Amino acid sequence: MSLYQVQKLIYQLNRDPRTRERYGQERDAVLAEYELTDEERRALTEPDVGLLYVLGVNGQLLMHFAALHKFEWNAYLDAMRQGLVKHGPVREGVYAATGYEGVDAHDARLKREREKH
Amino acid sequence: MPLVYCGACSHAPGITARAERADAQTRQALEGALHRMGDNIRATRPDALIVVAAEHFANFFMNNMPAFAMGMADAYEGPIEDEAFLRIKRTKVPGNKALSRKLIEGVMQTVDVTYAEEWKFDHGISVPLHFLTPDYDLPIVPANINCQGPPLTPLKRAWAFGEALRSAADAVRERVALVATGGISHWPATPDSGKINEAWDREFLARWANNDREALLSYTDAEIYRNGGQGGFEIRTFIAAAAAAKGAKGTIDFCEPIPIFAVSCTTARMQLAT
Repeated sequence: MSLYQVQKLIYQLNRDPRTRERYGQERDAVLAEYELTDEERRALTEPDVGLLYVLGVNGQLLMHFAALHKFEWNAYLDAMRQGLVKHGPVREGVYAATGYEGVDAHDARLKREREKH
Repeated sequence: MPLVYCGACSHAPGITARAERADAQTRQALEGALHRMGDNIRATRPDALIVVAAEHFANFFMNNMPAFAMGMADAYEGPIEDEAFLRIKRTKVPGNKALSRKLIEGVMQTVDVTYAEEWKFDHGISVPLHFLTPDYDLPIVPANINCQGPPLTPLKRAWAFGEALRSAADAVRERVALVATGGISHWPATPDSGKINEAWDREFLARWANNDREALLSYTDAEIYRNGGQGGFEIRTFIAAAAAAKGAKGTIDFCEPIPIFAVSCTTARMQLAT
């Protein structure tokens, strides 16, 4: 597994405009600089944000990689959910899903609680 | 000059990136609280503001991850995030290299800290500054505690860092303010984004306001992860601020769970002796 390499590439893309420019112009050459498995390379190039999430990419890196690929916030969250369905639970790291009622249901619950008080 | 201000606030990117998706009244109350915090900081006439943050791989990565870092430059740039995503315009933020150096030399007497003459701010600093110092006219001294890449900085070391920052700030002639930024419980950038353990947050803030060192340091990382999520690791910044307050008690000025912002949005300050 080379999660470290996947994350390092995303870290560089997020922080370095020159790496972003190169990634746009000569993506394969940039990818060749990192030791990636076929699955990781595919996840990056499609991009399959759901698979990257399942592989264990830290959310603080992944959300900006998704934004770079023009994922709107809800689309980013949906991509991770689909990743869990398609590829199974998160395999590494501390960004595993733990279950949540969702923002709309949560907002409605908070509203009810405030009204009660 | 003794530290002139010591507080803590949230830095969640949703506060600006998804601003319009929150209840309008709640958002207005939060933004008002952050602006008042900025007013309170300015009222102490600080020469510089130390921001103790929990950065998210803008500068530091697992190839060389410092437990603690401080910036030592006359200017910084931020936010690093896509401007359209965060909705904060990238800008140059003033620093104070000479003051940073003095503070770092002071901190180094008791805590090994990495110094950095380059530092890109991410939302952890840029979101608070957007409200606290919107004119970017106060020199910033960025500081960081590793809350992202395990093994994480132990809580007791975060406390030691806060104490060291306080000693260093007290020893310079400049008037130094300090703000810690971070979330309490949150599961950011995961499918659970929005999940908040409000009871856990309020208990943590009660310990913080009491400046109860033993209670603040009693959490284990397993417990934080279980009850506060991976975002909960950022309580290290609040703990450093509590230590920097040197026994002073705190006030929680604002605390509301705002799911679309993914945290209990908070502003709080310690009542420093004047």
